[in-house]
Amino acid sequence: MKQKSLIDDLHDIQEEEEKNYLPRNKMIKTAKTTRISEAKVYGVSTFYTMFSVYPRGKHIIRVCRNLSCHLSDAEKIAEKLKEILNVDFGETTKDGEFTLEESSCLGMCSVSPAMTIDDEPFGNLVPENISEILRKIKEGSKK
Amino acid sequence: MKIYRTHILIAEDSKSILEGANEVKKALVNEIYKKGLQDEISVIPTGSLGFENIGVAMAVYPEGIVYAPVKVEDIPEIVEEHLLKGRIVKRLVKSWEKEEVTVGITRPEYIKGSQYRAVLRNVGMINPESIEEYIANEGYVALEKVLSVKPEDVVNQIKMSELKGRGGAGFPTGLKWEFTAKVKNPEKYIICNADEGEPGTFKDREIMEGDPHTLLEGMVIAGYAVGSRKAYIYIRGEYTLSIDRLEKAINDAKNYGLLGENILGTNFSFDVEIKKGAGAYICGEETALLDSIEGKRGEPRKKPPYPPTSGLWNKPTVINNVETLANIPLIIIKGAEWFKSIGVPGTYGTKLFSLMGDINWKGVIEVPFGTPLSKIVMDIAGGVAGNRKLKAVVLGGVSGSLIVPDEIDTPIDFNSLVRIEAGPGSGSIVVLDDTRCIVDIAKNITYFFKHESCGKCTTCRVGTEAMYKIVDKICRGGGTEKDLDILEKLSKDMQLTSFCGLGQAAPNIIIQSIKKFRDEWLAHIREKKCPTNICKMDWEEEQYEEIG
Repeated sequence: MKQKSLIDDLHDIQEEEEKNYLPRNKMIKTAKTTRISEAKVYGVSTFYTMFSVYPRGKHIIRVCRNLSCHLSDAEKIAEKLKEILNVDFGETTKDGEFTLEESSCLGMCSVSPAMTIDDEPFGNLVPENISEILRKIKEGSKK
Repeated sequence: MKIYRTHILIAEDSKSILEGANEVKKALVNEIYKKGLQDEISVIPTGSLGFENIGVAMAVYPEGIVYAPVKVEDIPEIVEEHLLKGRIVKRLVKSWEKEEVTVGITRPEYIKGSQYRAVLRNVGMINPESIEEYIANEGYVALEKVLSVKPEDVVNQIKMSELKGRGGAGFPTGLKWEFTAKVKNPEKYIICNADEGEPGTFKDREIMEGDPHTLLEGMVIAGYAVGSRKAYIYIRGEYTLSIDRLEKAINDAKNYGLLGENILGTNFSFDVEIKKGAGAYICGEETALLDSIEGKRGEPRKKPPYPPTSGLWNKPTVINNVETLANIPLIIIKGAEWFKSIGVPGTYGTKLFSLMGDINWKGVIEVPFGTPLSKIVMDIAGGVAGNRKLKAVVLGGVSGSLIVPDEIDTPIDFNSLVRIEAGPGSGSIVVLDDTRCIVDIAKNITYFFKHESCGKCTTCRVGTEAMYKIVDKICRGGGTEKDLDILEKLSKDMQLTSFCGLGQAAPNIIIQSIKKFRDEWLAHIREKKCPTNICKMDWEEEQYEEIG
């Protein structure tokens, strides 16, 4: 007897989309089936950082910049990611592979600085390893 | 059941996995098969062994030897030497000040200082994905005991133990349960707040990844005590391993009749469901959490009515933190008197802390309440890294408090901490050494709150933004002393008039840092200089806009 909430529905929609976002037509459809107003569905979709109403890349990179990671030079990791991907926070690479986002604490402080790519965590990051990690993720998605 | 001569425990929490625990385990199992030892040696994944940031750790029983860090290349040597020939591979044994680290009964003695692992008793000792191992370690004994007495007696026992909520506010758990138990309503809810989002906090994760059944058992007991049939675990969407392990635990418990309809043959039925968050710090606030479970924007509600009488879908609801619920089975088994023998008057029991920052040992520890902060930092955490000087400790996360070296001998319990305007908060301890700039830290914290303010009330929405702008300006050498006054006034306004705890707590560390490190703030303002050379003084006058 699982009761599905609007947030559960939105998680489901987003997971199905290759571009990791909530398309407008699907949000409207959800509003109709759940009898929640379109405005409210849009309100929820834009409230939570894990949802996006704009198309994103195949992989979402979430970099933590909060206190613990900040103390372990997370800023350098963020700069390196921006440099390699040639995007700013909230932007998607031209090839549509990666979207770079900043995240609140990921609870991986003991291995900071940390980031996640999709569901996979990466810790103890050093700027030199970033391109290797990205290459592996990119290769993995081709299989 | 097979009997093995040797058991090997490999830490498989998310942090160890990231260091290659899966690869090491695979190599180990392969090597054991290669040597034909598969019927003699069992390899068991477990939660964190209590040491972090040291690579993949594994413990070999019955010897209790801990090897760390173990790499895939080391496996043939360990199997050949230790498992086949019985000679310990000295080179890989984890040691601490020449003392070899072992686990087992004597384990607390070996982790330097004195931990008291009660809530974490199973973490790193059992396979978190095996309900049988949990049951073999007194698992679900408390539930059985509870089901044979009246619900009121359970509430009374928790009340007698004087257990206080571990989420930060420290409200007595027994009282909370009693409020809900007394309301006559067929529909009541138990909610586990697993939305661990306070920066620098990762202790709940340790429980969920290392011993998920303890949490479940605590929830079922809470449900029986207050007369609820349904519970939710509200967990961060980012905690994927915790979600997976909890889901498995729920299914296993259902198969054993420990969850679901007619638990253990009684007429008590109880169901637990996981609700995934979607990334919003505010949802750790209990009423915002309720709205989020209902599928709405996570914005705090007006209190009263409080959740124990009107919570989820306006039904009576008990909301407890992960660590609070994980304490319940032990209190039931060992009794309220036992619980009160740990800790100090007013704050009984143990507390989990996540240790972070400029220290030698990072990770999650459990100590009795009343342990001085200095003992945790200097002893258990191995002191400040690189023999540097301690500058300050951020206690209880970024909405907590700033402790300076003069105050570091304060015992950690609610009553002692109140005297220095602090609290254990979320259980996060972030240590700062003397190379850190307090204004830079303040900027990081104000940026966080600016990002996470939910926008419901004006004070917080506008206040957090303004705070960040002022701190940023000072940090970059554009500030005036008037800005400092504005910051102090703004902080007071936010503490007094914000709608919920987020906005009220956001200025805590900023205001304390101005009080305790005023000279450093003034150096940024008067001399346009950062004493630790961290802040870039790149403020240009045209960027200036009147704030406040």
